[in-house]
Amino acid sequence: MNAVKPSSSVVASNLCKVYNGVHVVNNLNLIIEEGSFCGILGPNGAGKTTTLRMLLGHCPIDDGELLVLGYSMPKNAAIVRESIGVVPQMDNLDPDFTVKENLYVYGRFFGLSANVLDERIVGLLDFASLKDKAESKISELSGGMKRRLTLARALINKPKLLILDEPTTGLDPQARQAIWQKLRELQKQGLTLILTTHYMEEAERLCDRVIVMDYGEMMADAPPKQLIKDEIESHVLEVHAVKDELVNKLKQDSSIARFETSGDIYFFYGHKLQYALDVLEKSGHDDYLFRPANLEDVFIKLTGRDLRE
Amino acid sequence: MNNRSNLILFLSRSTSIWSRNIRVWSKLAGPSLMGNFGESLLYLLVLGYGLGKFVGKVEGLPYEAFLAAGVICTSAVNSASFEGMYSAYTRMEVQQTWLGMLATPIGVAEVVLGEILWGATKSLISVCAILVVATALGLVENAWAVFILPIVFITGLCFSALALLVTSRAKSYDFFLYYTTLFITPMILLSGVFFPIDTLPDVVQWLAKALPLYHAICLVRPLMTGGDLSFILLHLFVLLAFATIAGVWATERIKKRLIK
Repeated sequence: MNAVKPSSSVVASNLCKVYNGVHVVNNLNLIIEEGSFCGILGPNGAGKTTTLRMLLGHCPIDDGELLVLGYSMPKNAAIVRESIGVVPQMDNLDPDFTVKENLYVYGRFFGLSANVLDERIVGLLDFASLKDKAESKISELSGGMKRRLTLARALINKPKLLILDEPTTGLDPQARQAIWQKLRELQKQGLTLILTTHYMEEAERLCDRVIVMDYGEMMADAPPKQLIKDEIESHVLEVHAVKDELVNKLKQDSSIARFETSGDIYFFYGHKLQYALDVLEKSGHDDYLFRPANLEDVFIKLTGRDLRE
Repeated sequence: MNNRSNLILFLSRSTSIWSRNIRVWSKLAGPSLMGNFGESLLYLLVLGYGLGKFVGKVEGLPYEAFLAAGVICTSAVNSASFEGMYSAYTRMEVQQTWLGMLATPIGVAEVVLGEILWGATKSLISVCAILVVATALGLVENAWAVFILPIVFITGLCFSALALLVTSRAKSYDFFLYYTTLFITPMILLSGVFFPIDTLPDVVQWLAKALPLYHAICLVRPLMTGGDLSFILLHLFVLLAFATIAGVWATERIKKRLIK
């Protein structure tokens, strides 16, 4: 039990995990400061979930060192988990219990007393906007409500660190925004949050820091705006279903820094792209989109366009 | 933290899992009781009184009284096994309830112990119900029969631990049919539930004696019918040894399966 560096929630040094000879996590070095909202992005199989599992002590470490909340893992997993909240990728609420019972029974796993729980549950139901649903069965809840309940459940032990594995996958836009709002509220309260997601917009809006992982390695680590500024050109011109002749004309724009195709879509990356835009204007081809570069462009640049399954 | 407070923490965490399961059971108690207790009762009534007419006395007992002790032990075996296989598998894989528990300070060993205690409690619940009926039917000789309950609980510990060991390897519910067909059913048929095992060939007798159900019956039958108890410690030892070894082994296997 060596409590050091109280200001860092997570310190990973040369962290490695090998499955069947493949490095799922490869020499990961990472420090997550207390109070930060850190997003981990990466294609399927990049090592995101494995990294989260290591933080919880759900995955033996093959090499390197990991400190969570100042304790070395996985030796002190039980102590660390007293102060961690988890929103897992797959809902694992208890279908036999009501909303309230789900919170209560889960709280008992932390050894919290009935009195403490009764009080916390009132607050959490309010936080998760589930006051009216306290006595409802899980099967009566919508997807968004279930996720909010899972989030409330993750807060029952008043954690210092909240770990969210794709918390909004499969939700409609309203439900997603409701979760975002709750997460921002939690960050304001001083919680450290670590989130994995496939939604770039989610990471861009919520996180003050984004880590891109691929093949178990860290490809980038910066605030989202910084990442867009540093890693990629300022603008993207997407041209759909266009003839080769026109493409060749567009390519003559000297401000194009990079060019990619994906199916019948052509991507031109650059700063102004004025010449290309003029060419398009004159040609009458109107199936195109000119936009500022975003986190998704960075993600694709770093991890490629190939499908990962 | 010293060892004693660690142990208390360990037990209280296991108890929180046990009480979660009790809470679920209390919502579904009707069908659950029907499954474990109704079937055993049918065996007792139909075989005991139906077949009993032809059989007459067995080991100096009316057949229904001889059978009652066997049926009680079988019910303990079935309740605990069902819980340790189908219900536990549901919590491990289908609902991922265990993974939820493991995101709290609770560890795999505590989950396994909680589940074993719960399986044994299920045995106790069904046996209590059967014992009440058996008493009403005049099949219980005297008040010593209350000591059947701790024996049944230990039998439950043994079979829920064995079932969890099977579950630790299961890839689907179908897998459990191997265990019930190849182990549980032959064991029930050969351990002296329906007839005394001394009619069986020596080899089969030795086999039955190597399995835990025989030892449970050796303790329960005299307690129920007012007979003499012998080799109490040996019988208890076999049941507890199976429970401990299966429990520790199941913990290791489930740890490998979930913490990987």
